[in-house]
Amino acid sequence: MTVQAMGAAAAAAPSREEMLLASRAVGGGERELRLSVPSIHCGGCLQAIERSLGRLEGVTAVRANLTTKSVTVRWREGASPPPIAARLDAIGHAAHLAGSDGARPDAAFAELVRMLAVAGFASANIMAFSVSVWAGAGGEYRHLFHLLSAAIALPVLLYSGRAFYRSAWAALRHGRTNMDVPITIGVGLAFAMSFYDLFADGPHAYFDAAVMLLFFLLIGRTLDHMMRAKARTMIADLAKLAPRGATVLHPDGTAGYLPLEAIAPGMTVLVAAGERVPADGRVLSGQAELDRSLITGESAPVAIGPGAMVEAGTLNLGEPLRIAATATADGSFLAEMVRLIAAAEAGRAGYRRIADRAAGLYAPVVHSAALLAFIGWLAATGDWHLAATVAVAVLIITCPCALGLAVPIVQVIAARRLVERGIMLRDGAGLERLAEADLVVFDKTGTLTTGRPELIDAERADPAALALAAALAVHSRHPQAQALAAAQAARGDPRPAVDELREIAGCGIEARAAGSTLRLGRADWAAPDAAELAADAPRTVLARDGRPIAVFTFREMLRPGAGPALSMLTAQGLGVEIVSGDHDRAVRSVADALGVQRFAADVRPAGKLARLAELAAQGHRPLMVGDGLNDAPALARAHVSMAPASAVDVGRNAADFVFLRDDLRAVPFAIAVAQRARVLVRENFALAVLYNAIALPFAIAGLVTPLAAALAMSGSSLIVVANAMRLHGRMPRARTRPAPPERQPAPAAMVAAAGPGR
Amino acid sequence: MSILVWLVPVSFALGAVGLAAFLWSLRSGQYQDLDGAAERVLFDDEDEPGR
Repeated sequence: MTVQAMGAAAAAAPSREEMLLASRAVGGGERELRLSVPSIHCGGCLQAIERSLGRLEGVTAVRANLTTKSVTVRWREGASPPPIAARLDAIGHAAHLAGSDGARPDAAFAELVRMLAVAGFASANIMAFSVSVWAGAGGEYRHLFHLLSAAIALPVLLYSGRAFYRSAWAALRHGRTNMDVPITIGVGLAFAMSFYDLFADGPHAYFDAAVMLLFFLLIGRTLDHMMRAKARTMIADLAKLAPRGATVLHPDGTAGYLPLEAIAPGMTVLVAAGERVPADGRVLSGQAELDRSLITGESAPVAIGPGAMVEAGTLNLGEPLRIAATATADGSFLAEMVRLIAAAEAGRAGYRRIADRAAGLYAPVVHSAALLAFIGWLAATGDWHLAATVAVAVLIITCPCALGLAVPIVQVIAARRLVERGIMLRDGAGLERLAEADLVVFDKTGTLTTGRPELIDAERADPAALALAAALAVHSRHPQAQALAAAQAARGDPRPAVDELREIAGCGIEARAAGSTLRLGRADWAAPDAAELAADAPRTVLARDGRPIAVFTFREMLRPGAGPALSMLTAQGLGVEIVSGDHDRAVRSVADALGVQRFAADVRPAGKLARLAELAAQGHRPLMVGDGLNDAPALARAHVSMAPASAVDVGRNAADFVFLRDDLRAVPFAIAVAQRARVLVRENFALAVLYNAIALPFAIAGLVTPLAAALAMSGSSLIVVANAMRLHGRMPRARTRPAPPERQPAPAAMVAAAGPGR
Repeated sequence: MSILVWLVPVSFALGAVGLAAFLWSLRSGQYQDLDGAAERVLFDDEDEPGR
């Protein structure tokens, strides 16, 4: 299922009432609303949207945002908001209410940027004095310049250093150590030592080094935060694609639209054709077929009637249903999945990020080196002050400037490359874990396949029979009927006229044309006498007066790029297996089509979890790719996980990566970027270690002056950043060629032709 | 030495002005859509999108 189809089927444009509820008053008698518009992709879109909305009655300001793909609109408070969403829809941009409030600035990020700015401007000013000292200013001047530097450095260290002190304190309090501990100790000691020297009239002062250190480290910290904030916003915006309410029939006969949380057991809920079931319940009336692919992974619709139990999230393909809700959010299938997810996530909590692992090794080495230098110099010279100066120089020169930048700069660039391909990354740890993946476990329905059937050999079917079948099929929401109609529409033949159309749930469509009865549907219903048609392949029969005219066979439509994606994964040396909740036959045919040897069918959510635990026990690090509710626990349990944008909310929230485009080649591409990023991170660590290996002996020998420290620190940081930039360059194996021609209609054509489903 | 009485405060003041300007630009939302800003420079029409 494509994002567009999902948007069209599940969430109509927000109504005026919804927009009014989501908007906020901004003073001056105006209200403001932020809408997420995923289709914005160029300057032209910005212009079209701003012009078009700007002409609406009552709108005072419009601002489209290309970075966050959203539109902020203000209007004069009146009886009703302008038809913003409808107008956007009319110009071809589907809008939905933004899940996150982008208008409210991210407070933590704003604080980081302020700290960064203060540190940046302060280090520039201190450097002006330091350069004078290095250039030879002596005596009185030197003392004055050091004094001024101290005056700038003290407030800056207190203000901009908070992020590090807080984090270091939190780590120490829990008996751990992280990168911020050596930073805090280094900065603190450097300032204290220099401050003492200021009055003891020592020759050196490290105020510039301390402030510059904070500046470089804050750059890394800010980039890291920026990357995660952006991904969070976009993933939160996606959440609003799903419906947020349902039509409830009250006992007095009136109907009202209630939010999902307000639906209580015993309420009667109306589920129209093409809507998702809002809560678990029992069918009171109506015959229909339900698409359960997003919930259980079954690709074939299931026929249900009065008395049947239905799960929240299944899609009604047939007649309107009346359902008595049996469970609220707590007692539903969804809640069971959420419990499994919580348990599964605990199994992954032990993962330590590479920077923390490096800090665990690094901090003890640096601190013992500084201590040994202090003791050594004290023993050799008996001079406390000299020994302390050397120890501080050791701490400063080894302070993890380059280490602090080594990871975030690479991950920011990697995240950017992924975003260009429509892949959202939740946080940097996911990237590190993805690079370690050695096996990919795919869900089938909705992940390897689109969850929709396609007609086999459409080009060889008899055009007249196909046109006749399509004439019936366009009136049904059944996936096979839609596939038939789409295949016929792609050929462009005219459809004959039929009348007296009616759909019989679980059987097919009946109509009359030219004095005979036409039936399109199950073989034993359309042509009861033709016993030879009862076969195992999913098929639909067109019959005239009980005699079969044509038989249409279907298979599941593969997701675009599925074939190339799997061969790329194999080429990357990763194993592939399919674990699906669907029936054996459906899984086997997809596995055969894609050349996958290992697959498992009829797997319950707990079974998927067990399979991943088993793989982990064998020493594998599986990447789970899935979209359904039944995959969500497995997504949370897997070493690393990806979900398509069409996945259920819970699945997207459990996944480390979300890919927004249909093409499955996002998976090998993300792995290639992650592996490349890992190489660069390791190179960066190697560079940082090399730098320390060279600089440390000089520092211990007492040869490091503040000038040397400043040069070494900025030099090593620049090298690390330059190395990370190489991720922008050529990517071996990841550069994909244009899709090879595949035997399936373009997804766009499918969506366009799927008339009744929209 | 006496020239420093002027130059040092001037250099401080310039630094502070730069910092203030940056914080102002940050607060007024000029970094909220960097991709969009790159496109907007190409727009021909004069009408300003309101903010």
